[in-house]
Amino acid sequence: MLSEGGSFMKGMAMGGIFCLGLSLFGSFSPATEHGPGEQHHHHHVKAPSKDELTRLLDGHVLDLVNQVRVSCIIMVQPKILVHWAAALDTWTKHCDKAVFYTSESSKALEAVDLNEKDDWARLRKALNHAYENAGDLRWFFVAKATTFAIIENLKHLVLTKDPEEPFYLGNAMKSGELEYVAYESGIVLSYEALKRLVNVLQDEEKCPERGHALWAMSEDKQLAVCLKYTGVFAENGEDSHGKGLFNSKSVDSLITDSMRENPTNVVEGCCSDLAVTFNDMSPNQMQVMMFGVYRLRPYGHDFHDLLVFQPPEGSDND
Amino acid sequence: MTMPKHLETRTQHVRATWAKHCDRVLYMSSESTDFPTVGLNVSEGRENLYWKTIRAFQFLHQNHMHDMDWFLKADDDTFVVMENLRHTLSRFDTEKPWYLGRRFAPFIKKGYMSGGAGYVLSKEALRRFVTGFQTGKCTHFSDLEDMALGKCMETMEVELGDTRDEKGRQTFHPFPLDHYVIRTPPRRRPWYMIYDFYTPIEVLVMKYFEATRWVGVVLAQ
Repeated sequence: MLSEGGSFMKGMAMGGIFCLGLSLFGSFSPATEHGPGEQHHHHHVKAPSKDELTRLLDGHVLDLVNQVRVSCIIMVQPKILVHWAAALDTWTKHCDKAVFYTSESSKALEAVDLNEKDDWARLRKALNHAYENAGDLRWFFVAKATTFAIIENLKHLVLTKDPEEPFYLGNAMKSGELEYVAYESGIVLSYEALKRLVNVLQDEEKCPERGHALWAMSEDKQLAVCLKYTGVFAENGEDSHGKGLFNSKSVDSLITDSMRENPTNVVEGCCSDLAVTFNDMSPNQMQVMMFGVYRLRPYGHDFHDLLVFQPPEGSDND
Repeated sequence: MTMPKHLETRTQHVRATWAKHCDRVLYMSSESTDFPTVGLNVSEGRENLYWKTIRAFQFLHQNHMHDMDWFLKADDDTFVVMENLRHTLSRFDTEKPWYLGRRFAPFIKKGYMSGGAGYVLSKEALRRFVTGFQTGKCTHFSDLEDMALGKCMETMEVELGDTRDEKGRQTFHPFPLDHYVIRTPPRRRPWYMIYDFYTPIEVLVMKYFEATRWVGVVLAQ
């Protein structure tokens, strides 16, 4: 009896050690070097609440508002010309700086021609270029022209965050062990994150130009892998109630979902009032959004915002 | 104005959204239900629309003359920004005969208000409308509800108000939002622009064509 029990225990122990060893080798986790400054362990970044902002009032607010300036990196291609034109005409006017990067030049519209068909290689080039030409801008927003963004809400999200800290925000998704920010709902990078990225892009081992795995990994995942090497992790952008601010779907798609899921509370149960992005919207829908977001308003209705972001020159605000 | 088969697809969404901003809302239909709808004892169908409208206004006159100042007629596919409607109405006197909306020029000398964009009657205008039918001065001479109501307004000497904003932009719209906001290529003036009583100013996209204070819009299904 005892000898049988003994070999059973030995078998269990061996099996256990074998499994442990297998899982250790199996999990792909690059060695992380932690840069200076704090190491975030949280994976959600919330927009400041009213209380937080109120506490920061008296003089500091104006500094904050002036300091939060966003450089938009918009990735385009001739095949999405209508979206390119729409982005140019609508939401990108609200960026402090907007630069369009294309895979190949188009006769209709101007952009920085990266002359690159590979998506990951193109993104690398665009991010390098944006870093080199950053000037005094400290926040970077990367989006395709098929995304619609409300830059003021992006500024509100990062208002109290220090761009000298590494931030990599958006709609955080998980693929196995890898947490990454989905491309189609926009990617936010602080200056520090971009700086670290640009450095690691030189490292052919950690961040090869032709991509990592044997199979093609989408460029947003590639980005996450490279950033992970520098100690920068994807974080989900949320409002003070925990609702996601970066949407991979369009407004009507989200409302339709809400009609199905919360039929008695459609608008409330849908999306954040301070949403930063929507995806999959047609150029016409983008025009309608500009009208709905920046022009149409209910007279006399007070939104009680504590801050004012002045509309940029040439935008469609009154 | 609604009908039984629209309650679930359209009217419940009106009720859940902009109708909450009204001081009072009544859903007029052919049959009374727990929605709640007011049963007007009229059949459904486009040919009965004016009858339905007449009965609806008679109902309002009978039951709500004393607690309301303005009477908005909207369809179950209309969207109204009530705050902006209040703002627009604030410059008109409800004790005077006022008839407000998107003014169309054809058929009636002084014009009439588009049914699709929604229109508003002041207390006095409602009194005159109902009186007109009582005395036989107004009749159901046509199926075209908006135009026929306009004729009755003319007979009863009700004034047509100008609801454009301070920049001359319309606040009542008979079509959906994207219709006005999307840049269109140069084309021959479509019928609705010829219908407009006040000359429309069509300028590149967003700057002038739509008002900052929208009132009524009809939503496409």
